Amino acid sequence: MTTSPKLDAKIPDGQLEQKWTKYRSTVPLVNPANKRNLEIIIVGSGLAGASAAASLAELGYKVKVFCFQDSARRAHSIAAQGGINAAKNYQNDGDSTYRLFYDTIKGGDYRAREANVYRLAEVSANIIDQCVAQGVPFAREYGGMLDNRSFGGTQVKRTFYAAGQTGQQLLLGAYSALQRQVGLGQVEMLTRHEMLDIVNIDGKCRGIIARDAVTGKLERHFGHAVLLCSGGYGNVFFLSTNAMGSNVTAAWKAHKKGAFFGNPCFTQIHPTCIPVSGDHQSKLTLMSESLRNDGRIWVPKRKEDAEAIRTGKLNPNDLKEEDRDYYLERRYPAFGNLVPRDVASRAAKERCDAGFGVNRTGEAVYLDFAFNMKYKYGKKEATKKGIQNPTEEQLTELGKAVVKEQYGNLFDMYQQITGVNPYENPMMIYPAVHYTMGGLWVDYNLMTTVPGLYALGEANFSDHGANRLGASALMQGLADGYFVIPYTIGAYLSNEIRTKAIDTNHEAFEAAEKSVRERLEKLKNINGTKTVDYFHKRLGKIMWDQCGMARNEQGLKQAIADIQALRADFWKDVRVPGGLNEFNPELEKAGRVADFLELGELMCRDALNRNESCGGHFREEFQTEEGEALRDDENFGYVAAWEMTGDANWELHREDLKYENIKIAQRSYK
Amino acid sequence: MSGNMNLTLKVWRQKNKDDRGKFETYPVQHISPDMSFLEMFDVLNERLINEGKDPVAFDHDCREGICGMCSMFINGRPHGPLQGVTTCQLHMRSFKNGDTIVVEPWRASAFPVIKDLAVDRSAFDRIISAGGFISVNTGNAQDANSIPIPKDDADAAFAAATCIGCGACVAACKNASAMLFVSAKVSQFALLPQGQAERQERVLNMVAQMDAEGFGSCTNTGACEAECPKGISLSNIARMNRDYIGAQLSVQKA
Repeated sequence: MTTSPKLDAKIPDGQLEQKWTKYRSTVPLVNPANKRNLEIIIVGSGLAGASAAASLAELGYKVKVFCFQDSARRAHSIAAQGGINAAKNYQNDGDSTYRLFYDTIKGGDYRAREANVYRLAEVSANIIDQCVAQGVPFAREYGGMLDNRSFGGTQVKRTFYAAGQTGQQLLLGAYSALQRQVGLGQVEMLTRHEMLDIVNIDGKCRGIIARDAVTGKLERHFGHAVLLCSGGYGNVFFLSTNAMGSNVTAAWKAHKKGAFFGNPCFTQIHPTCIPVSGDHQSKLTLMSESLRNDGRIWVPKRKEDAEAIRTGKLNPNDLKEEDRDYYLERRYPAFGNLVPRDVASRAAKERCDAGFGVNRTGEAVYLDFAFNMKYKYGKKEATKKGIQNPTEEQLTELGKAVVKEQYGNLFDMYQQITGVNPYENPMMIYPAVHYTMGGLWVDYNLMTTVPGLYALGEANFSDHGANRLGASALMQGLADGYFVIPYTIGAYLSNEIRTKAIDTNHEAFEAAEKSVRERLEKLKNINGTKTVDYFHKRLGKIMWDQCGMARNEQGLKQAIADIQALRADFWKDVRVPGGLNEFNPELEKAGRVADFLELGELMCRDALNRNESCGGHFREEFQTEEGEALRDDENFGYVAAWEMTGDANWELHREDLKYENIKIAQRSYK
Repeated sequence: MSGNMNLTLKVWRQKNKDDRGKFETYPVQHISPDMSFLEMFDVLNERLINEGKDPVAFDHDCREGICGMCSMFINGRPHGPLQGVTTCQLHMRSFKNGDTIVVEPWRASAFPVIKDLAVDRSAFDRIISAGGFISVNTGNAQDANSIPIPKDDADAAFAAATCIGCGACVAACKNASAMLFVSAKVSQFALLPQGQAERQERVLNMVAQMDAEGFGSCTNTGACEAECPKGISLSNIARMNRDYIGAQLSVQKA
């Protein structure tokens, strides 16, 4: 197996530990006078986009940021709950850059690039420093030092957090830094704008076409470089933990104009989400992985008990300890409830498929805090307060206060959505689509296969392999934006200092705007009989059934045919109300769903091509006797980078993954 | 659909910022008590589209109560009848079968209506740009544990920092004052050692921008605190006022 000549990852030479240090000390620079004349367009204002915008503007570049929401602060990074990893070793428990690197590669089931991941682990500590300097109020201990918690797939405590709303605090930090640059005139912020195409001139990305969502006007914007920080594509499944507006459009337009798409089938199904309650549901809500620090996952041991719980004849609190199956602790004693997400999700599905599910639909397991509330926290508090021989009720009360402090907002959210009090009853949870490890293929500089076009954060494919560890998305988004792109973009822009700003009357801008306008008109003029949501829900069902937690050859082939038929029907029969030149959320949605209808097919093709199971990609034909994922390193130890060669036509390019510092092994959490 | 609630909605419809706008009445049937308020609007919009009518425009995104984008004024209260909850986290079980529900956009001259229930809150961004930050460039930071911060201070700063910038405080206030929003950001930094260097300048600049945006004055009625979905405390306003007076007395303008 050899890497395709079209994919040059540009990984620097030298020892793994030296690569980044050496590279960033030798990467070409752009002098301050020239930076003022170089324009950078950033699409998306989440952790990656906001941190990149602020950092690049501080360096002196002219930056324009686009987001579809009404403010940069709304980007969906805001909803990240549990925390952010960093190899600080503040807990003295043996953490190090190497260990974070190792955990991430292993957690990703050996499908990520060594050099990128090592760099990520290396800069992780700087992120925490930077955020604290910005005034991000992380949780602290009584001595005033930063507190940490554990996350899945690791055996150290390296996760920094701010209650259950770490993403919010980090994003507001980056947003503040961004707005500071807006105030200084260094960044132009265009909210309620959606990017609808990129513009390439002489083989380089030179700008975008964006639609002003309020007036409907199409705008042309030039940039010497364009950074896509537009997040992931989990909403292809309709129901996911993503925000309603999260979409693939920016990345997909880039893909159609030459950017290869890496590992599209690598989707993360998060094990702890609030189960689906009805067909009216518009989204799913995550219950942070941090809850697995203190929540124990179980189902009844006997099917009769599960049946009795489902029909309301048995209260789960009354089921005796010995009649409960703590299946993660049973199957994976070394990591217990803190196995990685893909493993936990599959284990939940396995129990529910076998008939042990505990809610009306049979698709839920328990996440139970009663034990730790009483014995872990209650006892500690009782000792602290000098209460001798506390009663069980006292322990519960004391523990409840601690749990409230740690996870209060999550418990409130759970109660609000389900109407059930999680302090009194175990939570019911089930896996749901959460994150996409796949994304635009990028090299070590974070540049896509289109020169001058970059992808950062969840929008790229690079660091998480086939499964992302908890609390690593925030780390990657901020690493890319604060500490990687400000250096690596010099490699490209240092050669662009003689490029004058290109007039947006250039024929390439003209042509791109024309094709965007024609597509919008086409959508509007179909005037069919079905709403956009009708199609989105159907696409979501195909994807969840055939390309979700478990996949097989026959199902994927069927899904490809079904998606093609659905797409044809969409372009014949969708109805988009309202006009083009006005505030029209349905029109925005229609364009996004049209793109999902193409992406869905590529995801299935990628899943069909990958004849192995790894991380979040589980092909039923490839599993061990115990039902664990069975990798095939020999034949599939590569990144699948797909080039679009025509309408619904793709060519596969391979980037061979070499492991020089880690010994590849069967992933085990037992 | 599996619901049994039938409701009457009176919804503010306004084509754009120049339109006068008016209430339209829509009956909605078979609503499940497990639906969120916005999912009920999804059902209404699906029907309007199928009938060839213009769906109701409203802002929303994360639907888990954290992005701050949803903004409906429901039966005279921002984010509806419950305390500590955004519109997207309000569920229909909080209403009764047969209810009539009045839904309006945020009302404030600093928040012009874009369409129907969606308003322009960019004034908040401009206030943050005026001073809602600590001026530290990327790369300048010292080790995160080099300044111990008492847990109580960190917790208080965090409590102020949980503001989601939805604008409910402005909508709730009879003066359309933005004091709760501004004071939350001022307080977050005033409570932390990192925020001290720019403490006085920050409060002066942010308040100046707030006034320039046309928000009203604070008369301490406390409606903002009562309606804030994140429970931001009125004591932040008191802290900001103290800081503002102190800053006015001591800052020397060049």
